[in-house]
Amino acid sequence: MKQTLLNKKNLTWLAIAIVIFVVVQLLIDARIISPYYRVTLFWICIFAILGVSLNIIIGVTGQFSLGHAGFMSIGAYSAAVLLKMMPDYTGLAIGIGVGLVISFVVSFIVAMPTLRLKGDYLAIATLGVGEIIRIIILNMTITNGASGISNIPFLVNWPMMFVFTVLAIALSANFKNSAIGRACISIKEDEIASEAMGINTTKYKVTAFVFGALLASIAGALYATSYYVIKPETFGITNSINILVIVVFGGMGSLTGSVVAAIVLGIINIILQPLAELRMIIYALALIGIMIFRPQGLLGTYEASISSLFDFKSHFKRFTKAGKEKA
Amino acid sequence: MQEFLQQLVNGLSIGSIYALIALGYTMVYGIIKLINFAHGDMYMIGAYIGLVSVTVFKLPFFLALISTMVFTALIGILIERIAYKPLRKSTRVAALITAIGVSFFLQNIVSRIMGAKIYTFPSVLNNELYVVGGIRINSQQLVIFVTSIALMFLLQLIVQKTKIGRAMRSVAVDQDAARLMGVNVDHVITLTFAIGSSLAAAAGILVGIYYNTVNPLMGFAPGLKAFVAAVFGGIGIIPGAMIGGFSIGLIETFVSGYGSTLYKDAVVYIILILILIVKPSGLLGKNKKEKV
Amino acid sequence: MKRILALTATIVLLVSGLTACAATAEEAETIKIGLNVELTGEAAVYGTPEKLAAELAVKEINAAGGVLGKQIELVIYDTKTDTAESTSNATKLMTEDGVVAVIGAAISGTTMAAAPVANQYQVPMITPSGSNALVTNDGSAVYPFVYRACFIDPFQGLVLANFAADNLGKTKAVVLGSSSSDYAKDLAAIFSEQFAVKGGTVVATEYYTDADTDFSAILTKVQAAGEFDVIFVADYAVRAGLIIKQAREAGIVVPFVGPDGFESPDLVELAGGAANLNDVYFSTHFSALSEDQKVQDFIANYTTETGEAPSALSALAYDTVYMLKAAIEAAGEVDPVKVNTALEALKDFPGITGTISFDEWHNPVKSAIVVQLVDGVQAAATVVNP
Repeated sequence: MKQTLLNKKNLTWLAIAIVIFVVVQLLIDARIISPYYRVTLFWICIFAILGVSLNIIIGVTGQFSLGHAGFMSIGAYSAAVLLKMMPDYTGLAIGIGVGLVISFVVSFIVAMPTLRLKGDYLAIATLGVGEIIRIIILNMTITNGASGISNIPFLVNWPMMFVFTVLAIALSANFKNSAIGRACISIKEDEIASEAMGINTTKYKVTAFVFGALLASIAGALYATSYYVIKPETFGITNSINILVIVVFGGMGSLTGSVVAAIVLGIINIILQPLAELRMIIYALALIGIMIFRPQGLLGTYEASISSLFDFKSHFKRFTKAGKEKA
Repeated sequence: MQEFLQQLVNGLSIGSIYALIALGYTMVYGIIKLINFAHGDMYMIGAYIGLVSVTVFKLPFFLALISTMVFTALIGILIERIAYKPLRKSTRVAALITAIGVSFFLQNIVSRIMGAKIYTFPSVLNNELYVVGGIRINSQQLVIFVTSIALMFLLQLIVQKTKIGRAMRSVAVDQDAARLMGVNVDHVITLTFAIGSSLAAAAGILVGIYYNTVNPLMGFAPGLKAFVAAVFGGIGIIPGAMIGGFSIGLIETFVSGYGSTLYKDAVVYIILILILIVKPSGLLGKNKKEKV
Repeated sequence: MKRILALTATIVLLVSGLTACAATAEEAETIKIGLNVELTGEAAVYGTPEKLAAELAVKEINAAGGVLGKQIELVIYDTKTDTAESTSNATKLMTEDGVVAVIGAAISGTTMAAAPVANQYQVPMITPSGSNALVTNDGSAVYPFVYRACFIDPFQGLVLANFAADNLGKTKAVVLGSSSSDYAKDLAAIFSEQFAVKGGTVVATEYYTDADTDFSAILTKVQAAGEFDVIFVADYAVRAGLIIKQAREAGIVVPFVGPDGFESPDLVELAGGAANLNDVYFSTHFSALSEDQKVQDFIANYTTETGEAPSALSALAYDTVYMLKAAIEAAGEVDPVKVNTALEALKDFPGITGTISFDEWHNPVKSAIVVQLVDGVQAAATVVNP
C-alpha cells in the first residue's frame, strides 16, 4: 500500500485539527473560555499527551509502567532550569531538547533490564524507578531540592499547546499503526508467540518505552512553563497513578480514549471544584463506579477514524455493545 | 558495635511493622492476584477504629484489638462485595484502578468524618524500657515483633493445614477448577478479604499505639512499602512477606544510620530492582517456566 | 441497559451537584474575599484551622456591620496541597469570582504557585503562614501584590540560634530537619550559621523525609556522634512530637529548641505525655499567655466556635482577615488595586500576633515570642525583637 503524506485521510484530520484550533481560539478571544478555563484547557492538553504516551507503553505494548511521572519530571526540571537561565522561547526550546536527551538516556538504561520483568513485578520495578528519579531530583542542588523551582516564566499559549498536543497524538497514532506498533500489539497479545514469529520482543518493548518516556518529558516541560512552580513531590507516585487512571478510564489501547478521558477528568474537576472536601470522595466513587460498569474504559479499544467519525449510529451501537461484551 | 546492635533492633522494629502489613497484602494477592492498593488504607481504618474503641468506648487493649479486627474485617467484606466482586471477571488493571478508587475513597471519607486534624492515641499498652548491655528495647517494640511472627505462623497454619486453607490454595491455582470441585469460590474470596483486612487492622492499632498518632493519609506510604516488601520476598508467599518486611526495615535503618536518610527509599528500590532482575519472582518465589 | 441506566444516574448525580452549587453563586452587594488554602492532602492540618479562623473573623466583622456598610463573603477553594490546583484556584478567584483580595495559601509551595497569578491580575494576596523567603519576592524584586502575615524563616532561625546560645547558654547543637520542606531546610541552615557565629558548634545535622514516623535510626546515629547539649528540630509538631518522644525514650535528656511549627494542641500527646515536654522551647507568633484583651477574646471565641484551642496558624489567618478589613476601609472602595495600595501603606496594625507594618519586601515587621514548656504547658514567654 503506497501512501503519501498528503493523502485524503491526513488532510481530513488536518482540517479537523484546524477547525478545533480556530474555534477554541475564537472562544478564548471572545473570553467565553476565560483565563480560569484556559488553565484547565492546558491541564487537559498536558494530561492528554501523558495519557497517550503511557497508553503506548501499557495499552499498546502491554508493559505495565507505574513510573511515568518520573519521566515527566525530567522534562519539567530540564525546562525549568533552562528557563531560569534564559526566560524566553530559546530557553524553553533548549530545555525541551535537554529533557528529551536525558529522558532518552534514562529510559533506555532503565528499560533494558526491567522490561525483562512481567506484570506486577514490572509495575513495582517501574514504580521504583519513578521514586528513584524523584529522590535524585530531591537531593540535587541544580533542582533546588525540596523547595523546587519557583517563579518559572509563563510562556505557553494556546497555539503552542495545541501544536504540541496534536503532534504528540499524531506521532503516537503513527507509532501505533506502524510496523513497530503492530509488533508491539502482538507482544501484548502473546509475547511467546510473537517471539516465535521472529519478533525481537526486547527491541520493540524498549522502543515503545523510550517513545512514551520522550513524550512524557515534553509534557513535563509544558507543565513547568504553565504552572510557575515545580517540586519533586508533584511528580510522585500519585501523579503516575493519575496518568494511569486516564489511560484505563479512556480505554487501554485506545489513544482516542486517553484524549477523551483527559477532557472528561478536566471538566469533572471544574464541576466539583466548589465542593472542596467532598470532591475527592465523589471522584473516588466515580472511579469505582466507572470501573464496575465499564471495566474496559470509556471507549474500550475503539479508535476514532475518518470513515467512522461521521457515522453516529454505529458509535452508539459500539458503545452499548462494548458494555455488553464485558465478560 | 553497640551502635550497630541498637540499629539492628531499630531495623527489626520497623521491619516487623512492614511485615505485619505485608502479610495481609500478600495473602490477598496470593489468592486473587489483585494488587490491593487500598490495603494500606484498611490499616489506617483499623487505626481509627482502634482509636474510637479505646477513647470513646474505653475498651481495654485486648478487647479493642479484637473488636477492631472484627469491624475492619466487616468493612473489608463490604468493600469486596461492592467494589471488587463485580470485577472478578474483568481485566486485572480495571481491578487495580478500582482498588485505587477505594483507597482515595477511604482516605477522604475518614478525613471528612474525623476532620483534618491530628489524633493521638492514648497509651493503653504499658511501655517499659529494657536496657540490655546498652541496647534499648521497649515493650511495645517487642509486642509488635512477637505479634507479627505469631500472626505469620497462624496464617501459615490456616492456609496450609485447614480445610478452608486448602480451598484458598485451590482458588489461588485455578478458580474454575476449584468451583468444579465444589469449592464456594465467592465465600473463599470474601473470607480472604476478611482475614486480610483484620490483619491490616491489627497492624493499624499496634502502630497507632507505638507512634501514638493517626491521620487519614497514614496508610499510603506504609502500604506502598508493604507492597514492596511482599514483592521482595515473593508476592503471594506468606513467609516471603515476613522476610521482605524485615529486609526493608533493616535496609532503611542501616542506610539512615550509616549513610543518609534521604537515600533510604532509593536504596530500597535499587535493591528491589536488582533482586527482581536476578530472581524475577522475589526471594522465595518459584520461577515459573513460561508455557505456550 | 442496566449499565446505561447506571451511567445516566452517575451523570445526573454530578449535574445535580453542579446546579446545587451554582444556585449560591449570585449574591450582590457583598464584598468577596477569596480563601485558597489546603483543605485536603498532607497540609490540610494547616489549612483547616486557617479556614476556621478566617470564617470566625468574617462572622465577627459581619455581625459588627461589615466593611463600608457591606457584608463580607468568603469564597473558599481547596488547593488539595497541589501547586497546579493552587494556580488554577487563584485564577478562578481573581478572574471569575471577582474577589477583592485572596487569602492563602497555608504553605509556601502552593502560595508561590499562586503569587504570579496575583501579580498578573492585580489582585492583592496575603498568605497567613507561607514563611519561605521567596514567597513575596523573587530574590531581587518584590511582588507588588503579594504579602504575608507571618515572619519569615531566616528571621526565625536567627532568633532561635541567638536564644539557644544567649538565653540557654548552649554550645554544642544537633540539628534535625525534614528534607521534604523548604521550611525545615531554610531554618536548619540559618540556625546552624548563626549558632556558629555565636561561637557554638553544630555536632551533627540529620535530615529525614515527611513520610517518616520512626526516627530511632538517626537518633542512635546522633548519640554515637559525640557530646551535645541542645537539639534544634526544624519541623512541625507532627514529626517534632514523635522525635521528642523517641529521643526521650532513647535516653536523650538535653533541651529541644524549635520553630513555630511546634505550636500545636496535640504536641503533648504526640510527644508521649507531658513528662516528655520539659525543657522544650519554641518560637511562635502569639502566646496564649498574653494579657492583651484581643488575644483573650480571640481564644475564647475561637474555642466556642470550633470546639478546639486556636493555634498560631489560626491566629495568623484571623489577623489576615482584619488586615484586609483595615485596608479596604483605608481604600474607601472595593477595588483590588486601591486595596493593594492601602495594604502596602498599612502601618502599626494592631493584630493578635503583634503590631504589623510591611517592609519593602512585604514581610511584616514584628517581634517573635519564644515560649518555654514545663510539663507540656506554656510556662514562660520571652519576646525576642528583630
